[in-house]
Amino acid sequence: MSDIVSNGQAAETQAIEGRALRDKFLADNTLFLGPDPEIMRNHSLAPRTAAEDAILKAGMDPHRTHHIRGLINSALSEAFTMVNQMGAAPGAKWGDLVTGIYTNSGDLAMIAPHGIIAFAACCFYPIKFIIKYWVNDPTVGVKDGDGFIHNDARYGGVHNTDQSMMVPLFYKGELICWLSSTIHEGENGACEPGGMPAAAESKYDEGIKMSPFKVVENFQLKRDLVTFLQNSVRDPKLQLEDMKVKLHAVMRLRDRIVAILDQYGKDALIGTLRSHLEDVETEMRRRIRELPDGTTRVLQFMDSSLRESAMQKVSCAITVKGDRMVVDFRGSAPQFLNRSVNTNIASFKAALCTGLLQNVWPDLPHTMGVLSPIEIVSDRNSIMDAEGEMPQAMSLMPLFKACVVWTIPMSKFNYSLPHRYSAIIASQYDQAATFIYGGLTQHGEVTGNFCADINGNGQGARSHADGEHSVSPVFGFMADSGEHEINEEDTPIIRLGAQRLAKDRIGWGKYRAGMGYEQIATARGTAMWGFMTGCEGSKFPSAQGLFGGYSCPSYQLMKIKGINIFKVLEENPNAVEVFDIVELMNKQPIAGGQYSSNDMGMTFEVCNEGEIYMICQGSGGGYGDVLERDPALVMKDLAEDLMSHENAHDIYKVVYDEASLTVNEAATKKLRDQTRRERIARGKPFDQFCKEWVTKEPPANVPYFGSWNDPKTIYATSMGQRITMPADQLQGAFMLNPKDLRIAELEAELAQIKAKHA
Amino acid sequence: MKVLVTEYLRINLDSEQWECRRCGHVHGSARDNYKRGLLVYDRDPREIHKPLLDTKKYARTYSPDPTWCRILEYYCPQCGTLVEAEYLPPGHPPLHDIEFDIDALKLQWKDRTEVKEPVVGPDLALEKARNNRALHAEHQHGHRPQGDKP
Repeated sequence: MSDIVSNGQAAETQAIEGRALRDKFLADNTLFLGPDPEIMRNHSLAPRTAAEDAILKAGMDPHRTHHIRGLINSALSEAFTMVNQMGAAPGAKWGDLVTGIYTNSGDLAMIAPHGIIAFAACCFYPIKFIIKYWVNDPTVGVKDGDGFIHNDARYGGVHNTDQSMMVPLFYKGELICWLSSTIHEGENGACEPGGMPAAAESKYDEGIKMSPFKVVENFQLKRDLVTFLQNSVRDPKLQLEDMKVKLHAVMRLRDRIVAILDQYGKDALIGTLRSHLEDVETEMRRRIRELPDGTTRVLQFMDSSLRESAMQKVSCAITVKGDRMVVDFRGSAPQFLNRSVNTNIASFKAALCTGLLQNVWPDLPHTMGVLSPIEIVSDRNSIMDAEGEMPQAMSLMPLFKACVVWTIPMSKFNYSLPHRYSAIIASQYDQAATFIYGGLTQHGEVTGNFCADINGNGQGARSHADGEHSVSPVFGFMADSGEHEINEEDTPIIRLGAQRLAKDRIGWGKYRAGMGYEQIATARGTAMWGFMTGCEGSKFPSAQGLFGGYSCPSYQLMKIKGINIFKVLEENPNAVEVFDIVELMNKQPIAGGQYSSNDMGMTFEVCNEGEIYMICQGSGGGYGDVLERDPALVMKDLAEDLMSHENAHDIYKVVYDEASLTVNEAATKKLRDQTRRERIARGKPFDQFCKEWVTKEPPANVPYFGSWNDPKTIYATSMGQRITMPADQLQGAFMLNPKDLRIAELEAELAQIKAKHA
Repeated sequence: MKVLVTEYLRINLDSEQWECRRCGHVHGSARDNYKRGLLVYDRDPREIHKPLLDTKKYARTYSPDPTWCRILEYYCPQCGTLVEAEYLPPGHPPLHDIEFDIDALKLQWKDRTEVKEPVVGPDLALEKARNNRALHAEHQHGHRPQGDKP
């Protein structure tokens, strides 16, 4: 018997040794340490370490934990302010940054109160990569005074414009936690300036792609590596300055955390970070349990690849059962093989975490404990779960959708609750409506970046009030929309019109959405300058209304080319009465100008001195039936010149005196009652309507991507042909070059003309 | 016991029916899609989001493209309230957007007091945005007037 046992033990020992040898061999001989799916596909908290377990089992003094949490918050806030004040990137100036602290397993525990949630919610991926691959690698290692940089979103991150500085904190020789600072830097040496190239057709067009590597030793930047990075981007000064800024902010943060360790000891800090995460996770489960069991669903449609019109479906079903929540994106559009609007699932989850905190539960602490208990399901190789070589430089498109995707379905879960944690709200405008720019400045320097107008998205209407105009970006409460004077000092961009609310471009409803503003820009005093824009929603509106509220309108990019507005104004200062997009386009006051209205996705285009580019920040979605809007609020919107009389009559059905804005209450009631009767007369019963309305396939004229009536079958247009794919075997869609298509079109026309004349 | 589900819909747990919150019309079984009890109209989006630019001069005018986008308006058949406005590509199946487990809902509300008027949650997101703008307004970004001491 004992022989059998001993033989069995020996065989088991041998097997374990064999596996260890195999694992070591594989680890030592991995050809390329690419993004690790084991890290990148897991957004849940790591299991407690032995130390964490012992500390939490021994019990924590809640008052002391709360006090330490306050100290950490204050330290993070201080470091945030340092970066905000000293950072050179426009993103840093206007709040597009974060500082964060992570457990020694790499879990994101806390961020600066005003920081961008998504940045930190991405940063734990590269930290986990460093822990897994570099800590024990003799050629790298992790020691006190080291700092690591990273920007490639495939290793974790929103997109490759964002650069992080990640620093291990050692205390008495032991790695206690990690600290980080991230800024949207902008320029990264991509095929278009500004770091977000819609023209990228492969990941090799995206500019520099930093996997996590060591760039700081002994608390000092390694100059050889900094030089390499400077040499790889269009803005070498910015690259150096912001690396220094982030490092020194994190060093200050380190000092503060070391002071906490000195005062309270390492167990208190480790216990605080871990309990903070676990407490948030517990609270999340409690809140999920409060919701009704069941499923709510929403569809979002993205109408552009930023190179051509392409209708991409985002399908989202949220299912709650007890304290379990599953968010299912299956049936959504497939990835593009050669368009930049893909994202990977880790970035997508970071945006989901952001949106949940911004729109549904803003009172929860900003940690990864928020998303950790939620299960996310997607089709591999879909637009939000792109893998491998797929370009994702304009991942903002699906990521912004992720930020707002919660609002409609979660409002349907939350509305019934006896207690609400925040207002019921329609979707915020979700496009990156700003000018991305690049070229030579008036100071003769090369640059590329974006304007802070990206931060002026109109808020969705609420269940009790109108939305706020241009309130914030979808990815953060805190980022501001910038000061144009500062931008004009640094770049040749001149604002001919700015912050003028876009009249009549409103998400209508009982409560209307917050509106966006017009941006009218040109360039002056530069030998070479250009703009690009990266937005969808020119054919299909992007921000959804709630409970009968309408969406925002569609938005377009307007241009007046072939003129120099500075010369025009020099010759006749009164040539343009007002820089208002609708007036300029309809009245065409500048003689000789080529006026055009275009889709909002534009790859980099040269802007000659004085040519005019015009876009809008958008409105959110409206809330409730337009016929329930208080006529007094309609008059207020008219008085503030937010809307025209035509819409007051036709949309809101208010009868009033246009001169005095006095409402005729009785006539208004009569008109609204009549309108309701007309609705009843023209509406069809649902089942009958569906028989007539629903088609077997997407319309032939629409290049459609995603499921139609069966989530397991995915439609796409690839190589110019409509195809279908099983949802669990997605490959992707390859798009033809729009210029080739246009040339072929023109050649066909030419051939026809020649044939006619022959 | 009635549970408020949206601005215009509630579920009567006793009769297990969807009801209109404005007129009390019974739309149908709470175990089924509430849309089946409503009237639907296929609205041209240009009627709601009217062209702002001269349509003779431009194809793109701030109006959605009606060949890509339609608005399905859902009306209460009794009072004509606009319950939902669903934006879809032409011919796309309407979404079954709310599907609750009615048995679980009954259990959940067994010990809750009926809510007759919806509560209003705090505007935390807006508060955070405003707080930060106030903070940001204090920042100088190094643009001090000349002669000022740093």
